[in-house]
Amino acid sequence: MESTDKNQKAAAAPADKMSRASFLTKIWTGLGLVAIAEFCWVFLTFLKPRETRTNLSSGEVVVAGPVEEFALNSVTAFSRGRFYLSRLENGGFQALSRKCTHLGCTVVWNAETRRFDCPCHSSAFDSRGNVISPPAPRGLDCFLVTIENQIVKVDTGSSPA
Amino acid sequence: MKREPELPHLPRDNQERERFIAGNLIFHFRPRTIPKRVLRFTHTWGLGGMSLVLVLVLFLSGIMLKFVYEPFPGGAYDSIVALQDEILFGRLIRNIHHWSANILVLMVFLHMLRVFFSKGFQPPRQFNWLIGLLLFTGCLAANFTGYLLPWDQLAYWAITICTAMLEYVPLIGNWLSETVRGGAEIGSTSLLVFYTLHTAIFPGCFIVLLSFHFWRIRKAGGIVLPPPDEGKTETELEVSIIPNLLLRELVVALILVAFIMLLAVIFDAPLGDRANPGLSPNPAKAPWYFAGIQELLLLLHPLFAILLVPLFVAGFLVFLPYFKYDSEESGKRFHSRRGRKMAVVSLLIAVVATIGGILANEALTQATTVPGIISNGFIPVILVLVGIVVYGKLLKKRFGASNNEIVQAYFVLLVVSYVILTLTGVWLRGEGMALAWP
Repeated sequence: MESTDKNQKAAAAPADKMSRASFLTKIWTGLGLVAIAEFCWVFLTFLKPRETRTNLSSGEVVVAGPVEEFALNSVTAFSRGRFYLSRLENGGFQALSRKCTHLGCTVVWNAETRRFDCPCHSSAFDSRGNVISPPAPRGLDCFLVTIENQIVKVDTGSSPA
Repeated sequence: MKREPELPHLPRDNQERERFIAGNLIFHFRPRTIPKRVLRFTHTWGLGGMSLVLVLVLFLSGIMLKFVYEPFPGGAYDSIVALQDEILFGRLIRNIHHWSANILVLMVFLHMLRVFFSKGFQPPRQFNWLIGLLLFTGCLAANFTGYLLPWDQLAYWAITICTAMLEYVPLIGNWLSETVRGGAEIGSTSLLVFYTLHTAIFPGCFIVLLSFHFWRIRKAGGIVLPPPDEGKTETELEVSIIPNLLLRELVVALILVAFIMLLAVIFDAPLGDRANPGLSPNPAKAPWYFAGIQELLLLLHPLFAILLVPLFVAGFLVFLPYFKYDSEESGKRFHSRRGRKMAVVSLLIAVVATIGGILANEALTQATTVPGIISNGFIPVILVLVGIVVYGKLLKKRFGASNNEIVQAYFVLLVVSYVILTLTGVWLRGEGMALAWP
């Protein structure tokens, strides 16, 4: 009947309108969330570590010097590059990071006791960088050492071995 | 008859007072009248208000410092030396900033205790407790980022070890610490990031969160009320806040400012030697408000000290308003006489257990055949958890404690043990972080 048709249409129309409105709302909400997520992503990108002129730890090859300069069993500190260059008894070289693996303090080489001591929480490492005393969780990190034309070079950007 | 124009004057009667409050930019967010009982100083100890005063002092002194401070490793230390030696009242402003910041941490902590013990987190104040937790976190973060700015030995190494602690978080540790530091080591990027956070982001967050915090208090009907005294059924006496509340607040604020000035005049903010990445001081300590976590790191395996225990504590605090309580009554300190006794007992247990734990750790460090994650991780943590559960059951069975009182006892355990850890970390750790008398 006409009246019931009209009633049905009247009943159907508001229901249609609501679902279209809620659909559009959902779209807007979704887009809004995507926008917020994008903003957060850009914000974090601003915080990402970047290469700076003074940021040596982002990788620089330090020229340590000629091979003859380093006596056997000696340990030389390099503040540029933040490592200790150790010449082993067999003539080989090892470049140990001066950063304690516990919480990042600078370890000190003690020539008498022949060990690296950390002043912050008393971790200790032997001359090869292995842990002698906790709380350090692992040995000192090593950097790649290359010898070119009898010149020792240390790559402080190499991933710690 | 011509009406004489009225000269400006302070409001003289309650009607004028109400009109003044409603029409004033600064005061219109305040209630016009409050129950007389709330005026009692020991009801809140004025801690929230005093915290706000300190925040304002920090904003003001901080803005002045911003005109002088240079946020670059090359200039930071020297700009502070210049501030102290060459600029009129520079040393004083820096001292005011330093002491306000440290006292603020203590004050918001005490404020949290007051709100807890007067049950100001029960409905309808639950969400405001969460806002308060956020504010507390923001306060610690603001202190932490500010700590690096002098770029002296103290600052450099404290932040080095604190950011290194983040590396122990599983999976995301390295990313987390590198993002916070702006690199693999503390450097010029770190300083700029910390400076921006400290002078822009956190103040902005504070303004938003504080506004929210105050609005929620108004929405809940004001400060949590102590329940009416037995037998008194007469209607609550309401008084105008002018002068009753405002005058009291002004007096407390002035005394606080005077106290800060006294500290600032007598005690200098520390400034050590210029930061030297090649030389670590012995010992290198975290700022005092993180000393408890550093102490925990010395006792437990890093996974537990840095991640699991803090997460557990954070979870407890966040869900605190939403536990299933036997009663949602608010306002009564310690909930009941029995609750007060349990709180005292919990305090004693926490003192004994924490000190015992520290001493046990000292004695047992030699037996290292068991891997650290078990001996310094699972075993002590499981022991403590079992102890906590047994304690709770005991309180319920033998003393018929309600959930409110048990949660209160747990809260006391938590707070007291953290205070003991903090005191130990600040005063009883010497060279090499060995236990030593100060």
